[in-house]
Amino acid sequence: MSTEIAHETAHDEHHDHGPAKGLMRWVTTTNHKDIGTLYLWLSFIMLLYGGSMAMIIRLELFQPGLQWVEPHFFNQMTTMHGLVMVFGAIMPAFVGLANWLIPMMIGAPDMALPRMNNWSFWILPFAFGMLACTTFMEGGAPAFGWTFYAPLSTTFAPASTDFFIFAVHLMGISSVMGSINIIATILNMRAPGMTLMKMPLFVWTWLITAYLLIAVMPVLAGAVTMMLTDRHFGTSFFDAAGGGDPVMFQHIFWFFGHPEVYIMILPAFGVISAIIPTFARKPLFGYSSMVYASASIAILSFMVWAHHMFTTGMPVAGELYFMYATILISVPTGVKVFNWVTTMWKGSMTFETPMLFALGFIVMFTIGGFSGLMLGVAPVDTQYHDTYFVVAHFHYVLVTGALYSIIAAFYYWVPKWTGHMYDERLGKIHFWWSTIAVNVLFFPQHFVGLAGMPRRIPDYALQFAEFNQISSIGGFAFGLAQVFFLYIVIKTIRGGEKATDRVWEGATGLEFEQLPSPPPYHSFNEPPPVK
Amino acid sequence: MVLHKRLRRSAVAITGLVSMLYAMSAQAAYELNMTESVTPIGKQLYGLHMLVFWICVGIGVLVFGAMAYSILYHRKSVGHEAEQFHESTKVEIAWTVVPLLILIGIAIPATATLIELEDAKTDAEITLQVTGIQWKWKYTYVDEGVSFVSNLAQSSRDVIKDPTGNENYLLEVDNPIVLPVNKKIRFLFHADDVIHAWWVPELAVKQDAIPGFINDSWAIIEEEGVYRGQCAELCGKDHGFMPIVVNAVSESEYEQWIAGMQAEAAAAASAATQEWSMQDLVARGETVYQANCSACHGPTGAGIPGAFPAITDSPIVLDADQAAHIDIVVNGKAGTAMAAFKNQLNDIDIAAALTFQRNGLGNSVGDTVQPSTIAAAR
Ligand code: HEM
Ligand SMILES: [Cu+2]
Repeated sequence: MSTEIAHETAHDEHHDHGPAKGLMRWVTTTNHKDIGTLYLWLSFIMLLYGGSMAMIIRLELFQPGLQWVEPHFFNQMTTMHGLVMVFGAIMPAFVGLANWLIPMMIGAPDMALPRMNNWSFWILPFAFGMLACTTFMEGGAPAFGWTFYAPLSTTFAPASTDFFIFAVHLMGISSVMGSINIIATILNMRAPGMTLMKMPLFVWTWLITAYLLIAVMPVLAGAVTMMLTDRHFGTSFFDAAGGGDPVMFQHIFWFFGHPEVYIMILPAFGVISAIIPTFARKPLFGYSSMVYASASIAILSFMVWAHHMFTTGMPVAGELYFMYATILISVPTGVKVFNWVTTMWKGSMTFETPMLFALGFIVMFTIGGFSGLMLGVAPVDTQYHDTYFVVAHFHYVLVTGALYSIIAAFYYWVPKWTGHMYDERLGKIHFWWSTIAVNVLFFPQHFVGLAGMPRRIPDYALQFAEFNQISSIGGFAFGLAQVFFLYIVIKTIRGGEKATDRVWEGATGLEFEQLPSPPPYHSFNEPPPVK
Repeated sequence: MVLHKRLRRSAVAITGLVSMLYAMSAQAAYELNMTESVTPIGKQLYGLHMLVFWICVGIGVLVFGAMAYSILYHRKSVGHEAEQFHESTKVEIAWTVVPLLILIGIAIPATATLIELEDAKTDAEITLQVTGIQWKWKYTYVDEGVSFVSNLAQSSRDVIKDPTGNENYLLEVDNPIVLPVNKKIRFLFHADDVIHAWWVPELAVKQDAIPGFINDSWAIIEEEGVYRGQCAELCGKDHGFMPIVVNAVSESEYEQWIAGMQAEAAAAASAATQEWSMQDLVARGETVYQANCSACHGPTGAGIPGAFPAITDSPIVLDADQAAHIDIVVNGKAGTAMAAFKNQLNDIDIAAALTFQRNGLGNSVGDTVQPSTIAAAR
């Protein structure tokens, strides 16, 4: 009785609290949904930008010989493609999902630190604007790979590298602020009764991811700052001629870099753990073991970085340790996959688009996990390392892993966000088109890598021609499929069949059970009841 | 009923796809699997690779099989009702422990191979020092006193726009390395500028060449033949254009080759003390320039604005006083991509390249640079 009264008064005070109008709404917004939308659009734009660079790469690699671009420009394309996809497409997309979903999932009205939230987003367009400008500078954009190994990225780098360094600093600041916000929200703003072990896995995985980000983004900032002082202030951190150590750069980079790859996949695990139970109409098989597996993966991810460096000449003891630790990660990763499959087992499955993308994720992410296990075996990695086999590995885990989970999340929650169902027929076409294309694109890269094709080369020997051609055709088809996705996104936002509040028959969670579709501008002014 | 129709349809589709792939791979010349090696370690690596691969296939069949079964039979459209079981500590422990045991099974042979792989020193018979330089390799036979630079062959450079039919395109060099079979060869790796990686798949050697470090690796080549490889670490603009060619020959052929190389070096040393004509220097210089300088300064001397300076009309080159020109080529320029060529080329080649730069590429200073001047500048 008393809660009802409280609800009534709260409602009176809060009516007429919609968004401001016009452009300034987006510039000044502190609303988690608006900011989530901004992040997601930024991410989509970056996906298309990074994707168009990938098209240039695949065009040049379509046949042997140099037909379209110069080697120096080709290196700029691979570098910018990697940077834009990692920092511009995948990471912001997950932050966008976190913004939209975490308050709704834990029963909070908004994020804990809304103004900082605005700032963490608005830094990013400037960071990426600056990064993109380098392409037009004298000497060209950074051309040393997304891993920017010194001294290629210090002594031997183009002048535009300083802009790259500053852009990375901005991205780091944005990520750390975003993470502080997410942690503060999850730890402080849960509705009464929403204990940690009742939180949806997406919230759990993001909580862990946020800690990873806070731990490693400063390491990245340190690395680029050392680059900056090496370039301009006479230090020799990475310059052997001055007593520095180029290999130390790699240790620092991968101490950031390996947790970074889990930053890009843990939230994806959360998304998949939400979608599979819904469409199997059966609870997640092992909720607590999923939480523990995520935490173990996060902890292990700090202890395996040098598996990227098996050919740098580490001592044998070091190589043995990093091999054991690396292959150990397959255990909690396997636990995840087994849990998803067991959740499907004896369910009552239907195959709407989000489920299709989630199933695609499980199969193809697992293929990426298999090649990961192979790469982790140090002596053999000396042959896989820096070949197209590695390229195939990380595209299976990042494109058909991270990106597929983001697309799945879009289809799963967009009816909730907009109140409109997407067009199921188009969604299914999008799935099958993407899935066929992506395998034509990346599967043959395993073969050329094993046969001896190094990565990051603009031209190749004739025996690699057939598979590169196939791969390029898959690439163009996959690129086109994502333009088609853009059409679906816009169409769904503009209109579509009205979504029910529950959206999916088997959906659970506060956002589906306690909120209408679309939800009010401030999700919960009153803490919802938690079962 | 519906399900069975669908099943049959997908079975037909899958068989079609598989037979198509099989037909493709059967008639093609390209490789699907890891290159088989001609060294004992390489054979072990191949075995490990196949072991882990088949373990993955096994796990894949189980996991994807269970998924496929469940997708076919536990679907709403065939009227399957969801059971609600979840949480089982026993199951969770099982699928943690079983993979762990499999991993131990992988780790044991991998450990043994790794320890062997890393032991380059014991019983090494020949030491070959490999230096990575943007964008070529320098080889030094440490005990034999033979040293040379190996560049991408002109035959590949000439067809870069359309290499159709060019045998060994991008895998051919001007000066291949020659090594004897059945001897333990120890490679020492080092770089002058950025990080490179020396990789020959058939020798199963891939090791980073890092400035300021010396890494090692080893091979016993068991079969005569020509083995080709490439740089495997992004090292700048022409990373894709610094191949490696190893001629593995019998021991006697190897000895002969070493003797020939030593004689050649002695002849060059005596020629360097002589006075060279402008014509000879320019002619030789053009070849040296195109192999060693043109990657950055351009085949016509135009450079790349913002990255690499032009040679044509360069004030350093046009200066009648040769000192600055000689200095930058001999000693390089610290903090830039300009290498110290005294470490790569002999006196004649440097003198020839300098004379060509002064009197070719649109310049006409009119003087020669003599090998003896370079010898003095070293
Ligand atoms: C079973 C789990 C995994 C294992 C054992 C594993 C192992 C490895 C190893 C050993 C390498 C280095 C290969 C080399 O350069 O020679 C590698 C590269 C890489 N992995 Fe994984 N991996 C796993 C999962 C993942 C996941 C989940 C992601 C990201 C979502 C990921 C992203 C990457 C990336 C981006 C690279 C290449 C980075 C580069 O050199 O540019 N991996 N992985
Ligand atoms: Cu890693």
